[in-house]
Amino acid sequence: MVKVKVEFMGGLDVIFNKQRMHQVLIDGGEVTIKDLIDYIVAEMISNKNDIGVFVENGTIRPGILTLINDADWELEGGEEYVLEDGDIISFTSTLHGG
Amino acid sequence: MKKKIKSRKVKSLIESAIVYAMDASEDFRKELIALKLENAKLRKELDESRGLEKEFPMSLEEYRRYGRQMIVEGTGGVEGQVKLRNARILVVGAGGLGCPVLPYLAGAGVGQIGIVDNDVVDTSNLHRQVLHDSTKVGMLKCESAKQVLNKLNPHVTVVTYPLRLDGSNAFEIFQGYDYVLDCTDTPLARYLISDVAVNLGMTVVSASGLGTEGQLTILNFCNVGPCYRCFYPKPPSPNAVSSCQEGGVIGPCIGLVGTMMAVETLKLILGIYTAKNFQPFLKAYSGFPDQTLRTFKMRGRQDSCECSGKNPTVTREAIESGEINYSVFCGSRDYNVCTPEERITVKNYEEKYHNDKLRGHILLDVRPHHHYGISHVPESYNLTVKELKDMEGELTKLKDEIPDIGIDSEVIVMCRYGNDSQLATRLLKDKFGISNVKDVKGGFFKYIDEINPRLPKY
Repeated sequence: MVKVKVEFMGGLDVIFNKQRMHQVLIDGGEVTIKDLIDYIVAEMISNKNDIGVFVENGTIRPGILTLINDADWELEGGEEYVLEDGDIISFTSTLHGG
Repeated sequence: MKKKIKSRKVKSLIESAIVYAMDASEDFRKELIALKLENAKLRKELDESRGLEKEFPMSLEEYRRYGRQMIVEGTGGVEGQVKLRNARILVVGAGGLGCPVLPYLAGAGVGQIGIVDNDVVDTSNLHRQVLHDSTKVGMLKCESAKQVLNKLNPHVTVVTYPLRLDGSNAFEIFQGYDYVLDCTDTPLARYLISDVAVNLGMTVVSASGLGTEGQLTILNFCNVGPCYRCFYPKPPSPNAVSSCQEGGVIGPCIGLVGTMMAVETLKLILGIYTAKNFQPFLKAYSGFPDQTLRTFKMRGRQDSCECSGKNPTVTREAIESGEINYSVFCGSRDYNVCTPEERITVKNYEEKYHNDKLRGHILLDVRPHHHYGISHVPESYNLTVKELKDMEGELTKLKDEIPDIGIDSEVIVMCRYGNDSQLATRLLKDKFGISNVKDVKGGFFKYIDEINPRLPKY
C-alpha cells in the first residue's frame, strides 16, 4: 500500500469537484504512476464523460504535464515510476492564453 | 435690449475663446512632449559628435536614467547596461503578457524592441492590457504600445509589425533579433515561434495564462535547451484549449506572469543564465486562493523531438514552404453541425419568438451560469452543453430542470456567439429526441448588436 498526494492544476481541478489536492491510498506492492492514472480514472473522476479531459488513448492527454515531486515525469522514468510514500504527483494542464 | 444682446455676444465670444484655449493647450502639451523627445535625441547625437561617446559609453542622461538599476549588484553596472542597449528583443503579442513586458524592457533600456501584433485595441482588453487605454480603442495594439514606449524612453528603437506571424514571414522578422518573447494566445503560434527559433538557434521566453493561473518557461536556451515540441510532442485536442475570451482572465495574474517574462529576459541579456547553470524549468503561478509560484524541473532536449532532436523534420524549408501546416497540426473545433433549416437569425427570433406573449416555445441559453448571471434574455432557461451531455439523453433529467419540456416542444437555443448552441441543438434533437429545435445564429451577442443594444455585453 502506498500513500501519496495528488494535485490537479491548470484548471484540471474542475473534473475533481474543484478540489486541487487529494490524499490517495492505493493497495498493492509496487504501484506505478500508470496504476495511479488507472486508479484516478476508475475512482476519482465521478463523471465518466470527463475521462477524456484527463486521458487519451490509454495515457495522459496531450497538453497535460505530469510531475513527480515537482520534476517532469520524463526525468523519473515516466509511467513506470514506482510511487513512494509521501510523493506528490501533480498533473497540470498547459495554458495557452496570453 | 441692445445691452443684453451685446452681453450675450461677449459671453459667446468668451466661451469660444475658452474652447480655443483648451484646444490650444492640448496641442501645446503634445508639441512640448514631441519637442522634449526630439531634444533628448539631438542631445545624444551632439554628445556623440563631440566625442563624449568615446569618453563614456552612454550619454549623461542615460547614466541618470539607468542609475538605479546599474547599482544593483549582479547587473554588471555600465557593462550590463551596454549589453541591454545592444540587445534586440522581439515581442510577439501586445496583449495581457506583452503589456507589462514591453514597458519594463523599454524602461530598462533594451536597445531595440520589435512588436508583432495585427490586432486592434478593444474595450474588453483594457482590464488587463493596461499599456493601452480607452482613447486607443480601434488602434493597432503594436502602434498603441509604440506610442507609450517612445514616451517612456526615447533611447529605445521600437519597430512594429502589424501582421499575423506565419511560416512564410517569421524567419525574416526573427533574424533581426537576439531573443523572442512568446506572448501569444494559441497553441498554433506557440509551436510556430518555437520551431522558427530552434531553426535560427534563438532562445525563447515563453509564457501563458488563463483565469487566475499562469506558466512560464525558457525554450531552446542557447540552442541546447528543450523546445516547445520537446515538452509537447503532440498538440492538445482543440476542444481542450480555452482562450481568455472564453475562459476569462484576471488582469494582475496574467500581468504578473508578463512581468516575470521581463525579468527572465533581463537575465538572459545580462548573462545571469549560463550554459553551465541553466536547468530546464517551468514556473507555475496561481493567483487564487493563495498566491503561489512553483518551479518544476523539466526534461532536457529530446533526441526524438521532430524539431530539435536528432533527425528533425520541422526544418526551415518545411516551415517556409508550408509543408508544416500548423492549422492542420493543431486542428480546430467543428461547430458547423446544424443544417441551414435548423438555424434562425436574431431578426427571425425577435419577430417570431421574442414577443410571443403566449410563450409557445422554450428559450434555452447554454452559456456558463456565471455568464448568464451577467445578462440574459428574460424568461429563459440556463443549462450548459456539458450539463446537457451529462444527462445522456434522458428526458426525465431534462424535465427536472425545464418542467414544461417534452419531445413535441419548440425549443430555441442561444449561446454567446452561436457555436455551443449548435452543439446543444444537435444534442437536443439527436439524444433527447426533441424534433423542433432551432439554433440562433450569432447568439446572444448578435442579438444585442442587432436587436437590443440596451442589454449588457461583456
